[in-house]
Amino acid sequence: MKDFAALYARLDQTTRTNAKIAALADYFRTAPDADKLWTVALFSGRRPRRTITATSLRDWAAEKAGLPLWLFEESHGVVGDLSETISLILPPATRESDQPLSYWIARLKELSALPEAERRQGILDAWDSLPGPERFLFTKLLTGSFRVGVSQTLMTKALAQATGLPEPEVAHRLMGDWSPETTTWARLLHEGEARDDTARPYPFYLAYQLDTPEDLGNPTDWFAELKWDGIRGQLILREGRHHLWSRGEDLITDRFPELARAIDWLPHGTVLDGEILAWADDRPMTFNALQPRIGRKTVPKALLASAPVVLMAYDLLEQDGHDIRLTPFAERRQRLDALLTDLPPEAPLRLSPPVRFETLDDLRAARLRAREEGAEGLMLKRLASPYGNGRKKGDWWKWKVDPLTIDAVMVYAQAGSGRRANLFTDFTFAVKHGNELVPFTKAYSGLTDAEFRQITAWVNKHTVQKFGPVRQVEPAQVFEIGFEGIQASPRHKSGVALRFPRMLRWRKDKPVDEIDTLDTLKDLLAAHG
Amino acid sequence: MSVLTFTDRGIYCPAGDFFIDPWRPVSRALITHGHSDHARGGMGAYLATDLAAPVMRHRLGDIRLDTIVYGESRRIGGAQVSFHPAGHVPGSAQIRVEVGGEVWVVSGDYKVVDDGLSTPWEPVRCHAFISECTFGLPVFRWPSQEDIAADLNAWWSANAAAGRFSLLGAYSLGKAQRLLHMLDPAIAPILTHGAVEGTNEVLRAQGLPLPPTTRVVAGLDLKAQAGALVVCPPSALHSTWARKFGAASTAVASGWMALRGIRRRRGTDRGFIMSDHADWPGLNEAIGETGAHKVFVTHGYTAAFRRWLEEQGYDAGIVATDYAGDEVLAEGEAPADIIDEDAPE
Repeated sequence: MKDFAALYARLDQTTRTNAKIAALADYFRTAPDADKLWTVALFSGRRPRRTITATSLRDWAAEKAGLPLWLFEESHGVVGDLSETISLILPPATRESDQPLSYWIARLKELSALPEAERRQGILDAWDSLPGPERFLFTKLLTGSFRVGVSQTLMTKALAQATGLPEPEVAHRLMGDWSPETTTWARLLHEGEARDDTARPYPFYLAYQLDTPEDLGNPTDWFAELKWDGIRGQLILREGRHHLWSRGEDLITDRFPELARAIDWLPHGTVLDGEILAWADDRPMTFNALQPRIGRKTVPKALLASAPVVLMAYDLLEQDGHDIRLTPFAERRQRLDALLTDLPPEAPLRLSPPVRFETLDDLRAARLRAREEGAEGLMLKRLASPYGNGRKKGDWWKWKVDPLTIDAVMVYAQAGSGRRANLFTDFTFAVKHGNELVPFTKAYSGLTDAEFRQITAWVNKHTVQKFGPVRQVEPAQVFEIGFEGIQASPRHKSGVALRFPRMLRWRKDKPVDEIDTLDTLKDLLAAHG
Repeated sequence: MSVLTFTDRGIYCPAGDFFIDPWRPVSRALITHGHSDHARGGMGAYLATDLAAPVMRHRLGDIRLDTIVYGESRRIGGAQVSFHPAGHVPGSAQIRVEVGGEVWVVSGDYKVVDDGLSTPWEPVRCHAFISECTFGLPVFRWPSQEDIAADLNAWWSANAAAGRFSLLGAYSLGKAQRLLHMLDPAIAPILTHGAVEGTNEVLRAQGLPLPPTTRVVAGLDLKAQAGALVVCPPSALHSTWARKFGAASTAVASGWMALRGIRRRRGTDRGFIMSDHADWPGLNEAIGETGAHKVFVTHGYTAAFRRWLEEQGYDAGIVATDYAGDEVLAEGEAPADIIDEDAPE
């Protein structure tokens, strides 16, 4: 655990990418295989499940520290993170353990199978054997909330450096459905071929935000299409079976049974990249229609009928069993066209139509029309580009339409957690309706750290009432709220639900009586809902 | 009548007609230590320890200042007054006031561990104790000074080996000298910001053992100072002044660095957990050793700490004060507001 804690500290102490990669690579060169495997798993979001409730952990820690629960909660409020609070209030460890990370994770699993009293004793013993930072990490694992500021790309780079394997190979091998309990370090990275696992997806290629079309250079180098607002998906047809992966590397095959029929029209050894969309009357339904299908493992018939899906395909990664990701986009796209033209309407596949243009002005105009077509902007892909790994600047751009906006006043505030602990960062906003204020959305992002600090000081001085962690504040601070879509919602008092709401600007210049009204929201709903 | 009362100008002793650390002008002020939120200008007359006096003159200029040594007892009106080491910074004191056999002690700011520079804290038996509680929550528990020194020197050595400057932000009276005293001068040269060096000169003149330092002045050849550690006020870390050191590694030393969220938001490469205030075990130990039954808490997590003391059997109260200095947290405010708001220099 010491090595792992040292790695964590090195990553935590720097925001510089190269320093993070160096720290990871050093660790991957020296740590035991079982620990490396767990580290890769943890850093790619494959966390052990929480097996002990937060309440039990809190009670045990407070009792051990000889503190009343109210004081624990008071401290938790200041620290903002449960695991950190526990590790700080417990008395210093009296024992020392040289056990590695993998031991503690195995121990966790053992403990969760024991009766309550033994489990409690086991956890107390663990806490007493681990000094501060190690205890914090162990408790993070216990609460199932372990997260670290390391992107997949960064970890891939570090692994490539440490193992000597090419980056794309590493990225590909890390994909898919594995856990340290089902594989070994050697099998994950060194044995056989990445594609031996027939369900394994390719790493997704991600686009960067385009600020200005002038950055594209010569328009003839580019292909344009609509940016669809659904779920990014990779459909794999291999050896008589199909697998559907989300960008978050969840296997979602069973959630979208419609796509099973793709096998009827496409040959095996085909892998498509595209967007899963709820589709009716030859156009996409809103993202809201798709929403109920995301959370469900099995889909009731009524939902299949009310929100049927298609895969809007826009790239071909594998054809006839060959990985063609290094083939230029223009060629891949041509092959994709050939595969998908003349499919009957009952096939759950659509070809993302190209947006024709000659000049940058054509592109600008197309972008403005995108929302009418049920899309959220344009995608621009360099004709000569290969299909890359992760997010890489230069070959794929997303150029979103400007968000819809509304001016609203802050009415409630709540503190964040983790890096944002002690800061008020989660706000509820209201619009005017006559003399009333009607709350209609929450937003968490869009302000700088300095602005969050300012607003935190303001909230502290202008709290009207406290409801647990929530502060009702004087309705005085006006913000411009941006969002991507708006839907009628009977569950919300205002009657609307926003998509991707965030704070675009703190309108310190704007008095509260000039904020927008509920009628403005309803007009937006009528126009875009 | 109470030995001490709490007024909008500060803590007042009716029997002796004097104030302790007042925040508005009064005719007679007894001062616990030289930090600017405790020792303010404009008082008719000051009384402080002989060890605190040079810094007070340095900061407040030409003031009417009388001095007293630790443990010396003096009669002021109907009160018997003495000053006792508080261990906060060199020269800092708790002030003991006795009227008619009843003893009250004002802690000022204090810490119970020996920092090697300040005269170490001594408990003073009393009936009522007025205690700061800046870090009055059980999450605050300081590492030992040896451990901090080892971490600090390791950080500096690594930077020096990589040819980088190390920029260390610390309050210029107390924290800065404590850090200087912990540094290993064999690693590389030590440079100081003018605000820090001004205080260094005063403290050196009164015999404090500080390592040799060089003031950063215009024209100083930084190439000759490769790998140096630079001590500066925290506010200077992100200023244009700091740019002359190139891609330096930055750090601050503060009790708030115990909290990961704050440490990360502070935006420096390292955050050393070091405070000149008592941590949770320190506060509890100190209060216990006074033997006081009545305890007033001030600046810090006052509401929680008072409730805790009540549950431990003390008769506890809260005193609102205007101290908001080196590391002090005003009630209800998030720490973030304070640590970025560097203490008035």
